[in-house]
Amino acid sequence: MKIILKILFILIPIAMYSQTEIKGMAMIKNSQGNTEGLPGATVYWLGTDIGTTTNDKGWFTLTYKPEYKKLVFSFVGYRTDTVTVNEPKEIHHFMVEDGGLDEVVVEVEEQKTAVSYLQSANIVTINEGELLKAACCNLSESFETNPSIDVNFSDALTGTKQIRMLGLTSPYILIAQENIPTVRGASQAFGLTFTPGTWIESIQITKGAGSVVNGYESIAGQINTELRKPLNDDKLFINAYGSLDGRLELNTHLSRKVSDRWNTSLFLHGNLREKEIDRNDDNFLDIPLAKQINVMNRWQYTDAVNGYVSIIDFRYLKDDKQTGEMDFDPNIHKLTTQKYGSEINTERVDIATKIGYVFPDAPYNSIGFQMAYSGHEQDSYFGLNQYNINHKSLYSNLRLNSILGSTLHKFKTGISFTHDSYNEFVNTTDFGRTENSFGGFFEYNYDNLDDFSLIAGLRLDFHNLLGTFITPRLHMRYAPWDKGVLRASVGRGKRSANIFAENQQLFGSSRTIGILNTDGKIYGLNPEIAWNYGFSFLQGFNLFGKKADITIDYYSTLFQNKAVVDVDESPQQVLFYNLDGNSHANNLQVQLNYELANRLELRLAYKNYDVKTDYLKSNLENPLQSEHIFFANLGYETRQNAKGGKWRFDYTFNWLGKQRLPFTASNPTQYQLAEYSPSYSLMNAQIAKVFSKSFEIYVGGENLANYKQENPILASDNPFGAYFDSSIVYAPINGSMYYAGLRYTLN
Amino acid sequence: MKKIILVIIAFAAISFTAEAQSKTSKATFEVDGVCKMCKDRIEKAALTTKGVKFASWNIEKKELYCIFNNKKTSLMKLKQVMADAGHDTKEIKATDEAYGAIDECCKYRTLETH
Repeated sequence: MKIILKILFILIPIAMYSQTEIKGMAMIKNSQGNTEGLPGATVYWLGTDIGTTTNDKGWFTLTYKPEYKKLVFSFVGYRTDTVTVNEPKEIHHFMVEDGGLDEVVVEVEEQKTAVSYLQSANIVTINEGELLKAACCNLSESFETNPSIDVNFSDALTGTKQIRMLGLTSPYILIAQENIPTVRGASQAFGLTFTPGTWIESIQITKGAGSVVNGYESIAGQINTELRKPLNDDKLFINAYGSLDGRLELNTHLSRKVSDRWNTSLFLHGNLREKEIDRNDDNFLDIPLAKQINVMNRWQYTDAVNGYVSIIDFRYLKDDKQTGEMDFDPNIHKLTTQKYGSEINTERVDIATKIGYVFPDAPYNSIGFQMAYSGHEQDSYFGLNQYNINHKSLYSNLRLNSILGSTLHKFKTGISFTHDSYNEFVNTTDFGRTENSFGGFFEYNYDNLDDFSLIAGLRLDFHNLLGTFITPRLHMRYAPWDKGVLRASVGRGKRSANIFAENQQLFGSSRTIGILNTDGKIYGLNPEIAWNYGFSFLQGFNLFGKKADITIDYYSTLFQNKAVVDVDESPQQVLFYNLDGNSHANNLQVQLNYELANRLELRLAYKNYDVKTDYLKSNLENPLQSEHIFFANLGYETRQNAKGGKWRFDYTFNWLGKQRLPFTASNPTQYQLAEYSPSYSLMNAQIAKVFSKSFEIYVGGENLANYKQENPILASDNPFGAYFDSSIVYAPINGSMYYAGLRYTLN
Repeated sequence: MKKIILVIIAFAAISFTAEAQSKTSKATFEVDGVCKMCKDRIEKAALTTKGVKFASWNIEKKELYCIFNNKKTSLMKLKQVMADAGHDTKEIKATDEAYGAIDECCKYRTLETH
């Protein structure tokens, strides 16, 4: 009887409305496993304004036209699904809770870069999907599809890419791996290339001061990288990559469960570039010859019942680069004036541990302890300039999370200790030193669970060279209306500039080094101190039925002191000195994300930089920084088939305005550069064919328009003369580059 | 060095005072509701009550887990707070007025139960 009633119930409306209306139900499985209707779910035709909400039993009725093909179901806490409708028959659709298992889901729209509406700080998360847009290869190349970070070229010798945020280079960004500061000290120049792209699970970019928990060093922002966790990593993963310019890479990950509580992963990475390329005929290699072996073993312990988690990492890296003149042979020509050449050989060991404990009967109380050791040794020479640095570093951080009254008021407090010992030689001059710092921090977090939240942090540090100082930081978020979020932040940062490690590209020139101050404690210089403040406004909206959001950011960094790098006094000199006067970096960014059509996403950004410093000569724009940058990224995916197969297309466009070049007017005419570089544009594209969840191949190209900087090495005809300079690089050296690769996953 | 020790003691003291006040009770009780929006409303109502430290509503079991200071609040008071927010508990039903104020999608009383 019930069945007959049900059939009648279904048939009658269809008979009545089949020409013009469609009826259906949004359903969920309740805790007993029974099916029930989901009231209040939104149902609408994709790309139209025609929609409704389900009634108290989960039913809905909508007008139907043959041109409407896709019906979107959405509800807070459930995944938004798009169902293809080819005829006006009744639709019963199961909705799955966020984070639930795949069920009858026809299609899921997943965001690759997520801007949070909820966090107090301005944090952008780059997920795995976004990382797949750039082919590989290492952390420094992971930001090419993200407008918040600019990827720059550092010099014509080493070919290493540098990143910038808010107009400041990476030393002003705190770069952490699972919240342990990693790319710092000796690894500043090349450290980003030491994390293979496939190891990365996600990246969080915080614009502005950031949290005091990770230290006092961040000025422009923080970048944290989360690596793949042994607990939920694939059993086997292989990524092979090859490019026409001779770069070969192989990544292998192996993961296994050792016991109920222990999981382990082994990450192996190797890359090799042996092909000698000189496309611009300046007799210098366009890209260095390189070899890297990078091995990491992670152990993860999880005891959810008693509230313990732990991760232990062991890592070894060996990275060798050789560059210089085409026929330079290090065995014969090293440190002679017969041929110009350079070698940068790095060996590094990392051990990191984390232990976390959550009180089982008070889940708001937890304790975390981190400890990391790294030993970094770089031996290098650039022509006749020798640079060797050995940096041993110990980092430890003990932290307690708890509440004040209720979980509306949370706090984190703790102590940290760092020890850095540097053995550093520039030619025969010893710049060795030891830095110790001990500090305590307190960070208060208020959240009214609605439209306002705040993070206020303060730390006090005792440092043997920087002195005793406090670091205040404040982040606020206010959501005045639906999908509109205002953020503001202000904070102070302090650091000791590693002037040589951070400016290694200058060794690839005939410039003599001068440090003008002598009474400071670090190379004779005073510590760098800056205040950063910023505002951000994010508004999400629907445009023609598609999701869109616009972000306007304005951030300003004001230096109280800076280790000024002056390459403008003379083309034969580089001077380092304490800031006397003003130095600021202001950045305005307007960004639009828009889903043009199903699975077709557009990201547009305009960035304006005002970065100036009082040099000895006068107040000048910082060299090699564009005032205007346009960015566009277009990504498209086809619908996934039953096996999980699909195509993925990605295109990135960058336009960089003119950049001020260092002063060369006192050189002979043939060794002079214009005052400004020309503006130019870059295009990257990638196509991936995903065959199934376990196998995909990709091909791509970078710098498709083949833009090349003319004359990237000044006086390449006389590398041991007074005018040689390979550090003035504002554009690609090696023109367009094509690559292909594959990814294989076994679960 | 003296300063360093002082700082350690200060931080340790904060950690202990957070733990010292152990007049805490834990309770799990049924609160009617439907969705994530209900969850937000229920937890916010609980957390903004004086004495409540932690609140988590399980959407499937329709149970609210609370940790609270039993000198400042009580189980019955919490149930009254739920009713005031428009959500029924076994002992206290929400007034029609309070129930009427919750969002359309949260109207748990009209849901069929299986």
